[in-house]
Amino acid sequence: MASFSHTVGGQTWRFDSLRELMAKATPARSGDYLAGVAAASAAERVAAQMALAEVPLKHFLIEAVIPYEVDEVTRLIIDTHDALAFAPVSHLTVGGLRDWLLGDAANEAALAALAPGLTPEMAAAVSKIMRVQDLILVAQKIRVVTRFRNTQGLRGRMSTRLQPNHPTDDPAGIAASTLDGLLYGNGDAMIGINPATDSMGSICTLLEMLDAVIQRYEIPTQSCVLTHVTSSIAAIERGAPLDLVFQSIAGTQAANASFGIDLKVLQEGYEAGLSLKRGTVGNNLMYFETGQGSALSANAHHGCDQQTCETRAYAVARHFKPFLVNTVVGFIGPEYLYNGKQIIRAGLEDHFCAKLLGVPMGCDICYTNHAEADQDDMDMLLTLLGAAGINFIMGIPGSDDVMLNYQTTSFHDALYARQVLGLRAAPEFEAWLARMGILHQQGGRVRLGDELPPAFRQALAQLGP
Amino acid sequence: MSDKSPATENPWQQLRNLTPARIALGRAGTSLPSRAQLDFQFAHAQARDAVHTPLDLAALGESLGSLGLDCLRLHSAAKDRDTYLQRPDLGRRLHADSAQLLREHAATQGGGCDLAIVVADGLSALAVQRHSLPFLDRLLEQVRAEGWSLAPVSLVEQGRVAVADEVGELLGAKMTVILIGERPGLSSPDSLGLYFTYGPKVGLTDAYRNCISNVRLEGLSYGMAAFRLMYLMREACRRQLSGVDLKDEAEVPSLAGSGQGNFLLEGR
Repeated sequence: MASFSHTVGGQTWRFDSLRELMAKATPARSGDYLAGVAAASAAERVAAQMALAEVPLKHFLIEAVIPYEVDEVTRLIIDTHDALAFAPVSHLTVGGLRDWLLGDAANEAALAALAPGLTPEMAAAVSKIMRVQDLILVAQKIRVVTRFRNTQGLRGRMSTRLQPNHPTDDPAGIAASTLDGLLYGNGDAMIGINPATDSMGSICTLLEMLDAVIQRYEIPTQSCVLTHVTSSIAAIERGAPLDLVFQSIAGTQAANASFGIDLKVLQEGYEAGLSLKRGTVGNNLMYFETGQGSALSANAHHGCDQQTCETRAYAVARHFKPFLVNTVVGFIGPEYLYNGKQIIRAGLEDHFCAKLLGVPMGCDICYTNHAEADQDDMDMLLTLLGAAGINFIMGIPGSDDVMLNYQTTSFHDALYARQVLGLRAAPEFEAWLARMGILHQQGGRVRLGDELPPAFRQALAQLGP
Repeated sequence: MSDKSPATENPWQQLRNLTPARIALGRAGTSLPSRAQLDFQFAHAQARDAVHTPLDLAALGESLGSLGLDCLRLHSAAKDRDTYLQRPDLGRRLHADSAQLLREHAATQGGGCDLAIVVADGLSALAVQRHSLPFLDRLLEQVRAEGWSLAPVSLVEQGRVAVADEVGELLGAKMTVILIGERPGLSSPDSLGLYFTYGPKVGLTDAYRNCISNVRLEGLSYGMAAFRLMYLMREACRRQLSGVDLKDEAEVPSLAGSGQGNFLLEGR
């Protein structure tokens, strides 16, 4: 292991490993204090950032933050590194990479070509010396486009995952939230349910119901029931109509083991999904969720800071050509991200690092009631991520998830971002919304239909007044 | 909203009967109307207050006394709410003074006990204040019928779930149950959680605990919660274990697939 040092302001700071240097260079957040890896003072943090800026990118290929021998995520990162793609920046330091990314040479095509040449640790390192505006400016140059039953990630577009959760998985309750969301123009990323009950019977029931709704109303979107990948494989074997294969993932082998997964079982899930051939415009079908702090909460962080661990999860994600990846940024609680400021920065870091690595990133812009955060903080993160070119956000009724007990972006919030930033839905879904008379958008002008679409009027009529 | 309101109502109000979710809120332009916006803010304020309002231990101790229960007042190693929120490790351990108090109590009593009940503020003192007493009233009737010996009730300030393991170990208890305020949801600021461990000792993980969640008026009733907990405790005594290997067979089936209608898929 190399040791690093930096002298500034008459004091010399020493860091014994790349892992320690990365941790101490990380902008302050509660999870790194909890882990005992954060810088001891503000000055030490900046000294670490200065030392990190001097580290050649090539060094990241020599010194792993978690040993190759003990961690299959490290092996995946090293074994799949593309030296040819790396060549344009291989002579640079971390500080040099930041300057290069901000310059004209780093255009959309150059950044797309670079992605397989960067390791997660390089992306995490450069993000640690970037301000919020840098994270936004560079991310918005990048487009990661994916396809299943519609197209995600195009420039000027932002999609929403309609999340119609219900405390007891009641089908009528789920249908009510689904229709509410569709009538507010949400649901192009997916209609995705977190089931309250994890039994195979209820998972298959929900999959069949979502498939039937999508088919009957000819909605160009995809469905997902967020259950363990092995449950999705079992559902596929039972013949359930499954679109997207879900799994929570993390950046270390040990954290993934705590989720009951490894790369092999993810590969099996991916192949099971592909075998159904349900995509119409493409075959991206994995849906992953991540979030800073997950490795530490499983006591599987190997002394790494939580943002570096998080970025390593994107190496796992990109290996399976995902349709969408979602950083559930404020869900984990204040012991990892204490307040609105920490949540906002973490959301922007995750989006930037993922895009730099070629991962189709969205964000569950969210908070819990024991975090020092509120709706104003979420509005800020939503606006900033919209400017940064986020692939998708959540859409739930009135920001209140009545099953998971947390707050995320609402159907209305998505329409705010469409108006202010001119961001439109996925093209296939946008055409459906227009055909149904639900929503028309021109630039930042969003018009919702005055009348209920006939097909839905009929469905509602059955309920009586 | 009257016809004169500049906000627009949604013509699908009848769906509100089908879910507690905040649907059919209407819109002002495409944004939330003032009424819905302020309803949300009030719910969030209630949840925030639930997290930050301290538990009134004196009042709780008095009420428990009226049920014929002795109490021990304890504090976790987290000195205040700010520390508690950022250092879950400290909330899981007792303050040294509290640990000493329990050791002294155990030394004078000797012999241990069957069940140590712990009550902790957790993330909602409101939940503890509202539900711990009526729930314990139901539970104790059945505990006494089993003939189990009880330690005094331990009241822990700034406590997390695992603190019950240290309490149970120091008191030489065969089983512990902790009543603790759960993370408040926007629509559920007062949800009480129950966690049960057989053979409590410091350092056990969640895999050794059984959880009964969402005890409140709109959720799981006191009677049903006590029924489930008694089932778990009897089974635990029989099999001498708790946690993932002890399934809650008393579970009520979920509604999914129960054949309830889905208006989006019927008709035509």
